[in-house]
Amino acid sequence: MARFANVEAFGSPSGELTLLPFNFERTGNAQFLVSNMVGDFIRLTEDEINNVIDLKLKPGDGLYERAYAAHLITGTQQKAQQQLLALRLRSRMSFLREMTPLHMFVVTLRCEHSCPYCQVSRQSTDRSRFDMSETTAQRALDIAFESKSSRIKIEFQGGEPLLNFGLIQKIVQAANTKSTTRGKQVDFVIATNLALLNTSILEYCKANGVLLSTSLDGPLDLHNKNRPRPGGNSYELATSGIRRAQEALGKDRVGALMTTTEASLDRVDEIIDEYLKLGLEGIFLRPLSPFGFAIKTKQYQRYDTKRWLRFFEQGLRRILDINHKGTPFREFYSALVLTRMLTDKPIGYVDLRSPAGIGIGALVYNYDGSVYASDEGRMLAETGDNAFRLGHVDTHDYRSLVLSDTLIEAISASLTQCAPECSDCVFESHCGANPVHHHATQGDMLGIKPLSDFCERQKGTMRLLLEILESSPKDAAILRQWAGI
Amino acid sequence: MTLPLFGIADSCEGFAREPSRIVVRLKSPDTEPCDDSDFSLVKSTVDLIRSIEGKHHSIFVVGDSLDTPVSPSLFNRVISLPAKFDYLDTGDILGIHIPTKKFRTLFRRSSRHNSFLVTERCNNYCLMCSQPPKDIDDNWILSEIKRSLPLIPKSTPTLTFTGGEPLSDWTDFIGVIADCRDLLPNTAIQVLTNGRAFANSTIVDAWKAIGHRSLIAAIPVYAAVDYLHDYVVQAKGAFDETILGILKLKDRGQRVEVRVVLHAHTAPIIAETSRWIARNLPFVDHVALMGMENTGFALANEKSLWIDPIDYRESLCEGVQTLAAIGMNVSVYNLPLCVLERSIWPYAVQSISDWKNGYVEECTKCIERSRCSGLFTSGRPRQSRGISAIR
Repeated sequence: MARFANVEAFGSPSGELTLLPFNFERTGNAQFLVSNMVGDFIRLTEDEINNVIDLKLKPGDGLYERAYAAHLITGTQQKAQQQLLALRLRSRMSFLREMTPLHMFVVTLRCEHSCPYCQVSRQSTDRSRFDMSETTAQRALDIAFESKSSRIKIEFQGGEPLLNFGLIQKIVQAANTKSTTRGKQVDFVIATNLALLNTSILEYCKANGVLLSTSLDGPLDLHNKNRPRPGGNSYELATSGIRRAQEALGKDRVGALMTTTEASLDRVDEIIDEYLKLGLEGIFLRPLSPFGFAIKTKQYQRYDTKRWLRFFEQGLRRILDINHKGTPFREFYSALVLTRMLTDKPIGYVDLRSPAGIGIGALVYNYDGSVYASDEGRMLAETGDNAFRLGHVDTHDYRSLVLSDTLIEAISASLTQCAPECSDCVFESHCGANPVHHHATQGDMLGIKPLSDFCERQKGTMRLLLEILESSPKDAAILRQWAGI
Repeated sequence: MTLPLFGIADSCEGFAREPSRIVVRLKSPDTEPCDDSDFSLVKSTVDLIRSIEGKHHSIFVVGDSLDTPVSPSLFNRVISLPAKFDYLDTGDILGIHIPTKKFRTLFRRSSRHNSFLVTERCNNYCLMCSQPPKDIDDNWILSEIKRSLPLIPKSTPTLTFTGGEPLSDWTDFIGVIADCRDLLPNTAIQVLTNGRAFANSTIVDAWKAIGHRSLIAAIPVYAAVDYLHDYVVQAKGAFDETILGILKLKDRGQRVEVRVVLHAHTAPIIAETSRWIARNLPFVDHVALMGMENTGFALANEKSLWIDPIDYRESLCEGVQTLAAIGMNVSVYNLPLCVLERSIWPYAVQSISDWKNGYVEECTKCIERSRCSGLFTSGRPRQSRGISAIR
């Protein structure tokens, strides 16, 4: 009856195969890490990768199957492999559909803290000089509502924004009115040290759905050393503020961010414990900032990156342990990178995307009406570098800001998709352009990646996460949860 | 229990002026016929008397319980079937070829598993096909389906169209789905297709243009690698067309189920295939991982296809968990609970059609029997050595 052909009859001969784009790097003696066009990883030996490149593979040899399933090869007559890659790439890049979802309003530059790693704030009582005016705020709001995003977030920055709480209230009210008439959803967050938090502010935040984001650098002595203020009680005010806000607004309505300084590097466990003690959902182990942490010699920077990676790994392993002991707790930066590595969800995180998130991901309206492409961009301006100043609310609208030569040049100069050392990097799919960082550290928007601490840090983080995913099923299960899979 | 869904009638009288193929709906003798296709179902002398009282002109006799032969003068049309078709009930629909008296049961009102065979033609030739394809002109089946649809109750929850490849005559078949949309607006429609036709944009556009509210294309994908899929379906180039078809359907917002039939060529790699589906097709609406029915070509290829489900238990478990972890809707079909890891029991579905579903002696001692898929009774059932009562 039936005429069935053997499996051999269905394989394509080598002559009918062709390569799809992929990147790779040597990871050890005759070992390679390979990633396809959408960043799926596969490990190959040197012989295997050579055979793939030479198309010396045939159905049944094991390599063909791995290379095909990983989209490294396709039949010359086939379309599905390319269509799958195209579709997945489209999904990964679709954060670009939401133009400028984040708008930061620097409502005042004044602050009662005097943190050495901050270069922008002023110890001043001169409201007229360092507070944003109502006219400026109104104009900035007009620009924010011109962006094409269907949902925008307004973040109040400082200085200490609560020193100009009256303006915050006016902006929230005006934005809510616009939200109704323009059909654009608006979320609000205040980035505050919480020192000035009081009951009426909390009530206002609750009534208006305003989120709070604060700074917590670690245990008492570390935090207070990093963040001096009159009375030396920044830690006490921050932690009690977090508790009060959690109680009044809900656990998920207040978040904390840490800044890593040299003094933090040996104390990651204690820092994590602080976050845990406060019942926070996780911690963002942030790198040392090149802006506050005075820019050093390149060699010293590289040393610092290695030190930071040790800090990060120790923290991450501690956090995994905490999870194994039954308390769900996340490291947010890992969660972000893992989501990129393990899914095709569009992640438009402004500091880790290409095209860069400057301007088209976020705009910063400074107290004086100047508009910057990023928060770091306005910090640079404070030291006299206007490379990321896009214009002024009085003279520009949304369109002229995002289409300014300054922004277009910075974004197009820094695309990882075509940058030397990035375009063929095995981690490219999960990384991002960082023109502000590279301009600040190297005087070059694109950056010389072998000398870039940003690059070294990204690669180090991703190598670590990949290694944990591959070597420890127990840890991998937690990491996968963070990626939502 | 396996129900005989086709057979030969004992007699068909009074069809001289009818077309050779007719569709029959069985009615209770107490209800008035409302369509020319309605026949009063007669299983006893009482039924016969009531049919006369109810002014039925067409009767459908099942079994030989009548005391006297039916007088030809009492009815215009009389069809008689042997007693083994006693399962037939009011509301059921049959298609009959008068010259040969061959009939097929097309629809059973009491069943949750009504499926229409659309054609026996197929451009795949799957190693395990339960309905081996034939290259014949059977377009008449589509006409028969078109005549049946108006006779089906509007309350029917689901209907399946199968083959062969239902899209072999795609323009006609699209017409059938459009009829379903109009005649059975509340009935969910599932089409078992190899998906290759959807690589053609014209066909996907026509499919979308039907605008059916609850239509799903159930499409098999057997591997993440081209030639492995092509080998299973015995058609070079099928993988490429099938995947393109799925992408084009989803691109147009159409619902798609991916199916993997588990046998010796697919089950050992099901964890890899699942990982690939999770990574590349996370947007499909449902994934069904299915135990194989040992019938049709599966018997001819039994040596190369048979694998005891207990021997792929772990990889199946891993596959299900991979798909479920990213939030995909996943089900395990046709496999009894005792051969599955307990952690994937929540995904196991009682999927075997009622007319070919059964249990074995061991099952009588099992506390999970009422939730279990049981086994196929069709073909030449092979029993897993993992079958054991759960207590």
